[in-house]
Amino acid sequence: MEQQNQFRHYVKAIYRLLVILFIMVGMITISGVYLLVDPTLSAFKKEEFNSTYVRTIEEDEDKIENGVHLKTGLVEAKGLMEVINNCTNCHSSKLIIQNRMTTERWIETIRWMQETQNLWDLGTNEKIIVNYLVTNYPPKKKGRREILTNIEWYDLQD
Amino acid sequence: MKRRKFVKKAILSSMVAIIGYDIVFGAIMPEGYEPLALQGLDPYKIFKKDKGMVILNDKPWNIEAKAHLLDDKVTPNKYMFIRNNGLIPKNINATNWTLTIDGESVVQKKTYTLTELKSKFKQHTYQLTLECGGNGRNEFDPPAKGNQWTVGAVSCAKWTGIRLRDLLEDIGIKDNAIYIGYHAADTHLSQDPNKEPISRGAPVAKALQDETLLAFKMNGEDIPIVHGYPLRLIAGGWPASVSGKWINRISIRNKIHDGTKMKGTAYRVPCEPVAPGKKVNNEDMCIIESMPVKSLITYPKSGAMIKEGKKLNIRGHAWAGELEVCKMEYSIDFGSTWKKCSIEKPVNRLAWQHFYATINFPKKGYYEVWARATDTQGVSQPMILPGWNPKGYLNNACHRIAIKVT
Repeated sequence: MEQQNQFRHYVKAIYRLLVILFIMVGMITISGVYLLVDPTLSAFKKEEFNSTYVRTIEEDEDKIENGVHLKTGLVEAKGLMEVINNCTNCHSSKLIIQNRMTTERWIETIRWMQETQNLWDLGTNEKIIVNYLVTNYPPKKKGRREILTNIEWYDLQD
Repeated sequence: MKRRKFVKKAILSSMVAIIGYDIVFGAIMPEGYEPLALQGLDPYKIFKKDKGMVILNDKPWNIEAKAHLLDDKVTPNKYMFIRNNGLIPKNINATNWTLTIDGESVVQKKTYTLTELKSKFKQHTYQLTLECGGNGRNEFDPPAKGNQWTVGAVSCAKWTGIRLRDLLEDIGIKDNAIYIGYHAADTHLSQDPNKEPISRGAPVAKALQDETLLAFKMNGEDIPIVHGYPLRLIAGGWPASVSGKWINRISIRNKIHDGTKMKGTAYRVPCEPVAPGKKVNNEDMCIIESMPVKSLITYPKSGAMIKEGKKLNIRGHAWAGELEVCKMEYSIDFGSTWKKCSIEKPVNRLAWQHFYATINFPKKGYYEVWARATDTQGVSQPMILPGWNPKGYLNNACHRIAIKVT
């Protein structure tokens, strides 16, 4: 009986040790995995929330899909970033995309913006920007009257 | 379109992600204008516009209608185009809004509260056509700089307010008064407080017309914020930029007003006709006054298919700046023959007029219905583009719709 009791005692002790070991390994694994996912422990810092949000936006800002810069709708090509950084602070990129001009007229437009709209001196970026615009948004020939296009046909009732 | 939806979804989902923190977000939002997140908000909801309206620009806001959306006799807000030169004023408070009259040719500078204006002077209501000077710009070749309006930058709403004339008589203007110029509460795109986005005006003769109003109601309600609440100048028949929004000062000038967008190529065309693409010197440009004769087929929408033997009823509006439209015609053979439409008289001077016609098509096929208005001076709309000008103003070429008879 005595021996049996002693044996039970050992088994219980081993069992307890195993449970403690298992819990410890489990905790180390969980925190290890967590550190892999969030090495800065940002979830425990309240202040971090805003910067997390800003980071999401920044990621979106420069996303390119099918050759188009998602946020602005501008074509991805040499000079895109110069155009975004210098031309979309005051007005929407929609104004750029709508307009089709030659080098001479773009430069004229830039001068007008510098004289009246507080646009800064573009320095060496000017050439890059104008080149981007005339290459990617060249004027289209329209003549004195274009044919009707993009007609959505429908059955007229009554 | 897919791309735009994607962006909208992305913005919306990031908004959802920060839900609960929107107050913090609101507090750090700059006073200026629109953070990225706001750009993703639905402008159709913000401005109560119909989904069919087309956004040309979102900074500044420029939104136009399509021909078939303008079918109402009185244009409701949901189909009224938006043309902004700057940023919409923030924190408008109508209860302490004032209007100051100053300038070289005012007898004595005076400030009125909005309440005074409303109570002291008789109120009038007119239906007035407002068309952007650049409506139709997208057709010019070589292309003209600016928002590429197609046909939808025109409206004819009911405006209620006081006559500018009554106000000027109350305050007294000197004999040397030539022009009036407005100043408003909107902000320049560069956010420079020393710059005005736009400050235009009209000769005194236009300012003294019965229909020139300082309006505070549109279609019987407070003017929507984007259209100039709480006080807007309305000068029907002239480029809509004369009808300044968010007005807080009017200067009586002894010379042609020299505010922003009164000079250079803005709202001016070559005094003498020029070849397309020609560079024109500033001193050879003249200010646009009355808008030219024009019309729009508002029913049916372009692209209608009808069965052979069926008649087609068309309708629309016609206007002629300071003048009236006295003849309205349509052609289904590209101008080879013209037939008359019936045309109604305007409800008041400077309101658009409604026309109607019933068309028989001789056989199956593709047709275009072209509409042509003629004003009281015998001037008609051209079928091809009128004279080119650097900023692409005054395109009053005939409107047309596509029809298929099957």
